[in-house]
Amino acid sequence: MHIVVCIKQVPDSAQIRVHPVTNTIMRQGVPTIINPYDLFAVEEALRMRDKVGGTVTVLTMGPQAAEDALRRALTFGVDRAVLLTDRAFAGSDTLATSFALAAALSKIGREFGEPRVVFTGKQTIDGDTAQVGPGIAKRLKLNQLTYVAKIVAIKPAEGEIVVERRAEGGMQTLSTKLPVLITMLEGTNEIRRGTIDDALRASRQEIVTWSAADAGITEVAKCGLKGSPTIVKKVFAPPPRAEKALQIATADQSMEELAEATTKAIFKRRPKLEEDLIRFSAGP
Amino acid sequence: TRKELPEHFKAYKNVWVVIESEMGAIHPVSLELLGEGRKLADKRGVELAGVVLGSDRATNAAVAAAIFEHGADRAYIVADPALEHYRNEAYTKAVTDIVNTYKPEILLLGATNLGRDLAGSVATTLLTGLTADCTELAIDEEGSLAATRPTFGGSLLCTILTLNYRPQMATVRPRVFALPAREPGRTGQIIEHPLNLAEDDIITKVVQFVADRHSDEVQLAYADIVVAGGLGLRSMENFQLVKNLAAVLGAEYGGSRPLVQKGWISSDRQIGQTGKTIRPKLYIAAGISGAIQHRVGVEGADTILAINTDPNAPIFQFAHLGVIADAIEFLPALTEVFRARLAVNRLAS
Ligand SMILES: Cc1cc2nc3c(=O)[nH]c(=O)nc-3n(C[C@H](O)[C@H](O)[C@H](O)COP(=O)(O)OP(=O)(O)OC[C@H]3O[C@@H](n4cnc5c(N)ncnc54)[C@H](O)[C@@H]3O)c2cc1C
Ligand SMILES: Cc1cc2nc3c(=O)[nH]c(=O)nc-3n(C[C@H](O)[C@H](O)[C@H](O)COP(=O)(O)OP(=O)(O)OC[C@H]3O[C@@H](n4cnc5c(N)ncnc54)[C@H](O)[C@@H]3O)c2cc1C
Repeated sequence: MHIVVCIKQVPDSAQIRVHPVTNTIMRQGVPTIINPYDLFAVEEALRMRDKVGGTVTVLTMGPQAAEDALRRALTFGVDRAVLLTDRAFAGSDTLATSFALAAALSKIGREFGEPRVVFTGKQTIDGDTAQVGPGIAKRLKLNQLTYVAKIVAIKPAEGEIVVERRAEGGMQTLSTKLPVLITMLEGTNEIRRGTIDDALRASRQEIVTWSAADAGITEVAKCGLKGSPTIVKKVFAPPPRAEKALQIATADQSMEELAEATTKAIFKRRPKLEEDLIRFSAGP
Repeated sequence: TRKELPEHFKAYKNVWVVIESEMGAIHPVSLELLGEGRKLADKRGVELAGVVLGSDRATNAAVAAAIFEHGADRAYIVADPALEHYRNEAYTKAVTDIVNTYKPEILLLGATNLGRDLAGSVATTLLTGLTADCTELAIDEEGSLAATRPTFGGSLLCTILTLNYRPQMATVRPRVFALPAREPGRTGQIIEHPLNLAEDDIITKVVQFVADRHSDEVQLAYADIVVAGGLGLRSMENFQLVKNLAAVLGAEYGGSRPLVQKGWISSDRQIGQTGKTIRPKLYIAAGISGAIQHRVGVEGADTILAINTDPNAPIFQFAHLGVIADAIEFLPALTEVFRARLAVNRLAS
């Protein structure tokens, strides 16, 4: 069975810095990583392969440098890596991203066999929209399973899959037909280390690299900035609040006096809160 | 670049909110969106409508009645047994059909698991723009929806427009906007629409649904009082001081992200950008520095009390009340004062 995982290379956001004057993001020299949420998808794909056999392909759309993320994925034991890279994709919003990735997935299907399961992470840590997975599913008419906590059963021969999905207010068990798109919930597994062989292979294996044209994209107007209905109008730092916190202090600063003064200050600000609290502590 | 809206989009008018409801219980985020949607609709001089999806006509009617009391002028209702539980195919079909029929200019959804799953599919089907997890919605000088959202973990905000496509779509997290006041007796118009999709044509089936009320899902987002701790507490044992105060106040407890990473608290108790957004009446933050990623999750609180040893901690920039003290000594004292005060008052009342 052919399984494809979409991964995104993202800045290690703990280290993202913002230019103090221009308020722009300073990307230079910021280390990049595989979007952490995507590792749960990669591991689940590998587990699925271990169970039912087949191959796992990873796909990313990004600059040439995104090759690093793909090589890293190969060290975990992924079989094949595809990089979709073209200037035409610059400035893609989620609609344009799902268009490009869907085209690449179709091409992957033609070249290496139709994927029966496509995985994505729950969301990224930079754009953070969680919209690309559903976008790909809709474009390729894959059955959509988001926020999957557990794969209960997969039967490639029957073309069936059963999963547990984190739904609003509860856990849904869903059964559906392959091909599917799964967005994997975080914390569901732990990425494996991969073997020494995988590590060696990762450094020399050829990365399949496609331009827009290679991926069979003819409608360039649907790509990148042109193909993006959303427009970023401005980027700015959060405004500071007008007044600072009122500092509570007492003459001798014993903890008891300070605590006494604090509760008074709270209830002075919000008298109704005290009524509510008393009602609560009195029990129903 | 702003150019004239394509001809076929000019008929798009009105502000819509997709209402999330389960067994007639409306998700509070839908009401919060009606409150904000009302302001946008008034600014545009148009109507506010809710989209109500469900299996049962009577339940849908009750939901419609409730949304009218929270500001909606109209309810578009799709009633069909296939809509009993949330499934992407059926819900996407229902929403895209009524959007194509009645043409709203703005379509808002909660940034819940349901809303995010649905919004991504609807936007891709309609080939329009979708701005995720907004913290502010406004109408700009030229009448477009200006949707502002935190980016890069909240260190910056960006304002996003969808100029040449309709509807302009956005999702908003629970508790970002306040609940609007209910106006009893306020009514509106109901428009029913068929699903046009047979159960046999829906491939995904719900085998089981286990509701969270049978488990212990934390209700942080909707708690009236939240007590939280940060790294300033120094150890998991000291975190017990936060729980003790929470117990006396009948509050939920939570913490900053590093505490989740250290395993002091579970991830569903993380407060902030990548955790829960809260909007309590009282938020007490002990030993939390107030990083921007934390701030964006708590700013909606009515009263914020910060306890920190460092007078220059960023949290004092946005807290309402500040105590410069060692939380490990101060929390037990505060707990006792609250306990005594509430007990005394209980005897008096
Ligand atoms: C600060 C900021 C805010 C933005 N806000 C919006 C917005 O509100 N609306 C909007 O439409 N666009 C927005 N964008 C653009 C959006 O981030 C890009 O379109 C991006 O390419 C994909 O979206 P995402 O990062 O949100 O991915 P998500 O939808 O969060 O990603 C989900 C999953 O899809 C897969 N995936 C995503 N991107 C790729 C890729 N390039 N290659 C392979 N797999 C991938 C991964 O498995 C990932 O886990 C924003 C971008 C930035 C930088
Ligand atoms: C992408 C991204 C997402 C993030 N999301 C979140 C999120 O959702 N929520 C979140 O909280 N963080 C989040 N963070 C992390 C955030 O940037 C901060 O690192 C974090 O909030 C700091 O936690 P803290 O305040 O507990 O610890 P610190 O920053 O270490 O602050 C500890 C504070 O305690 C004070 N202190 C020390 N001793 C005492 C004492 N005895 N009594 C009282 N005060 C004392 C110190 O003065 C200091 O101000 C995110 C970061 C990134 C990069």
